[in-house]
Amino acid sequence: MSEALAATQALEQAPGAPDFRSQPTADAVPTLWVAADQLRAMLRFLKHEIDRPYGMLYDLTAIDERLRQHRADQPASECTLVYQLFSFERDDMIRVKVALAGDWRAPTITDLWPNANWYEREVFDLFGVDFEGHPHLTRIIMSPTWQGHPLRKEHPARATEMGPYELPDEKLQEEQDALRFRPEDWGMERKRDGAELMFLNLGPNHPSAHGVFRVVLQLDGEEIVDAVPDIGYHHRGAEKMAERQTWHSFIPYTDRIDYLGGVMNNFPYVMAAEQLAGIQVPDRVQVTRIMLSELFRISSHLLFLGTFLQDVGQMSPVFYMFTDRQKIYDIIEGVCGFRMHPAWFRIGGLAQDLPQGWEKAVKQFLNWMPARLREYEKMGMKNALVKKRTRDIGAYTYEEAIDWGVTGPGLRAAGLEWDLRKQRPYSGYEQFDFDVPTGKRGDSYDRAWVRFEEMRQSLRIIEQCMKNMPAGEYKARHKLTTPPVKDHTMHDIETLIHHFLSVSWGPVMPVGETSAMVEATKGLNSYYMISDGGNMSYRTRIRTPSFPHLQMIPLLCRGMMIPDLIAILGSIDFVMADVDR
Amino acid sequence: MLLKIAEILFIFGVLILGAAALTWVERRLLGLWQDRYGPNRAGPLGILQPVADMVKILTKEDWIPPFADRVLYVIAPAIIIIATFMVFAVIPLSPSLGVIELNIGLLFFLAMASLSVYSVVLAGWASNSKYALLGGVRAASQMISYEVFMALSLAGVIMMAGSFNLRTIVEAQQGLWFVVPQFFGFVAFFVAGLAESHRLPLDLPESEHELTAGFHTEYSGMKFGMFFLGEYVGVIVTSAMIVTLFMGGWHGPWLPPLVWFGLKMAFFVALFVLLRAAIPRPRYDQLMAFGWKLLLPLTLANAVITGGVLLAGS
Repeated sequence: MSEALAATQALEQAPGAPDFRSQPTADAVPTLWVAADQLRAMLRFLKHEIDRPYGMLYDLTAIDERLRQHRADQPASECTLVYQLFSFERDDMIRVKVALAGDWRAPTITDLWPNANWYEREVFDLFGVDFEGHPHLTRIIMSPTWQGHPLRKEHPARATEMGPYELPDEKLQEEQDALRFRPEDWGMERKRDGAELMFLNLGPNHPSAHGVFRVVLQLDGEEIVDAVPDIGYHHRGAEKMAERQTWHSFIPYTDRIDYLGGVMNNFPYVMAAEQLAGIQVPDRVQVTRIMLSELFRISSHLLFLGTFLQDVGQMSPVFYMFTDRQKIYDIIEGVCGFRMHPAWFRIGGLAQDLPQGWEKAVKQFLNWMPARLREYEKMGMKNALVKKRTRDIGAYTYEEAIDWGVTGPGLRAAGLEWDLRKQRPYSGYEQFDFDVPTGKRGDSYDRAWVRFEEMRQSLRIIEQCMKNMPAGEYKARHKLTTPPVKDHTMHDIETLIHHFLSVSWGPVMPVGETSAMVEATKGLNSYYMISDGGNMSYRTRIRTPSFPHLQMIPLLCRGMMIPDLIAILGSIDFVMADVDR
Repeated sequence: MLLKIAEILFIFGVLILGAAALTWVERRLLGLWQDRYGPNRAGPLGILQPVADMVKILTKEDWIPPFADRVLYVIAPAIIIIATFMVFAVIPLSPSLGVIELNIGLLFFLAMASLSVYSVVLAGWASNSKYALLGGVRAASQMISYEVFMALSLAGVIMMAGSFNLRTIVEAQQGLWFVVPQFFGFVAFFVAGLAESHRLPLDLPESEHELTAGFHTEYSGMKFGMFFLGEYVGVIVTSAMIVTLFMGGWHGPWLPPLVWFGLKMAFFVALFVLLRAAIPRPRYDQLMAFGWKLLLPLTLANAVITGGVLLAGS
């Protein structure tokens, strides 16, 4: 808390800083309230004028405050816009909030950060906030014919609240019309220099689109004049669901955000919940969480590498990598009982202790993997044709990357040696010995190379976990640990009652706001959660790395050819579930 | 006369069966090299898989997309089948076996190889779909370019054998296979053959990762099957041509000539499959640059040097 206090005090004294009012939060991130007309001045100040600036627009979202009861320490607001900025000079985050009332209007900041474009469209789509001056304020997640704004509190959350679905002929016609492609709606012209251009619809089911992702290409021959990504096909309303699930029962939903990350998705969620509850987890829990997360990182990177090589036409590696992934899943299955979606982390601990003999399984894998990686290096990363296809394709500098909100391997590939696990260690990463691989050119090849090297580093981390696994409990002794430690329940009625309530209704988290961030497989993933003192979250915001990464595609592929676009898509390593949530 | 018809039918049958079997062989070989099984359910080792595929593909609805150019759409797959089968007519399988002996056999082969381009281009055009069109355009430039190097790479062979007749060429390799003196010609021909039969790594007209299925995106049922068959016959024919022109045809010790021919051909067919398993796909412009900037000078130099050496020796 003191750090946040120091940061806000420094801001108050900084010359030229607009007025603000600060708010305490459980995660100690400085949180500033500014007036709507001061918003742009404040953000510009934080990005350009302040010493050691906040260069990245990390996240932009909103909170529908109309049903919130416990917010006495905050200015009155119907809808609050939340801007989260990140500074790589400070390794720190700052949160700027704006209260909206009446007709929910705010100025756009797309001129300050290019990646604000999609974020503002998302807020418009899901909350109905009107951003004045936005170049193309249309729906992005929901279909263009959707009625209402889903994340508003009055919008129904379940199908049973919405009445039966009907599709009469007129509505069918309307839906069909909405599907018709008109280049003008996408900001594209039909002709260039008098010659007609071709439009190619790549996706939502194209073998190399990696999921239900659509890119509309404007082509001159095979050269890409412009590309417009279209997302939302994989939207399941995870953030809305979080408002209808107990703190505990939402954990399995997090697994399905980045479906290749497995327990890595539970990680930020349970860490944020633990912050709210004030739980300190035992060492054994921390190390086990790290070990499983790193296993999933390898698994995800293997799939990335296999499909990436397949995208440039090398058919075989993906099959070899599935053999390795199977070995990882054998361990995961032995530990968690599930494979892809283990939902194994709990608020305050783990579902169970590690099973007997886990060291043997992990050791076998550690012995198996390095030789395989050497083979992949020879076969894939050093292959002349692979290099030829991916060198200098889709390159960006790290300044551009920060401007566009790129995090994780994509940022490190551009040359910035910045890994959350090193810079702001969580869950005890500071005790581990590992390197942060970086690239130089920020092109498709470097993005693959960084991920490839990260697998080796993850192996080192797993080995250290295995050798130094602390003894102890797999759950914190805390009343909000879910499900709680049970040994006293059969002896005293008070504990039994608490256990019963916390298991059947779910734990009741103290009022507050918090967020937790992890270095996930694809970049920085964080959960920003608000508890209004209930057994369910008032608002859960899931910031995923793939969302801003996709937004950058047009910038990367203009002037390239279709095969280059495929290589770029492969090198970004996205999962549509991670984009659309 | 009857004997000749029987011989033709025999070769034709072997070729069709070979192409059908190849669909299974390729998938099993790929499985072997990719650490998996491949089709192993139908019959012992899955050998009946081609039968099952054939039944499936023949009983599919014969459908032509309403936006396609019907006539060309139907003709296109027929062209590739006819052109590739015709090539096999001039290939001498053994001292006595072979459909026809043309003294311009080599030119006939090149002509037929050129014709098969039409199949791919017309399929891409007639489908009236953007992905197919891009595939067709790629096919046109790729195959036309590589035809140039294909013909040029054979100049040395023709000079050394002094004939366009394939049987004479094979007989000229009695002592020394042409792959030794004509090594660069062999490499260039191999690459060009790969491009002509548009197989991975040079399958740019198809390139499933970029163009979904390229020129045959809109095809289904037996029309698709014909492209498929044409591709496999193309692989066999290219292998047979390599054997005939560079690897001494039927020549070899101990075993009967026909067996030698078959073994050598099988080796190259397997090599084609291995390449598919191993090598990524270059980009379209890189492929063109490779052809015009590397293969063209190489084949030209090869022709000039071969001519010079032959002149000096005579």
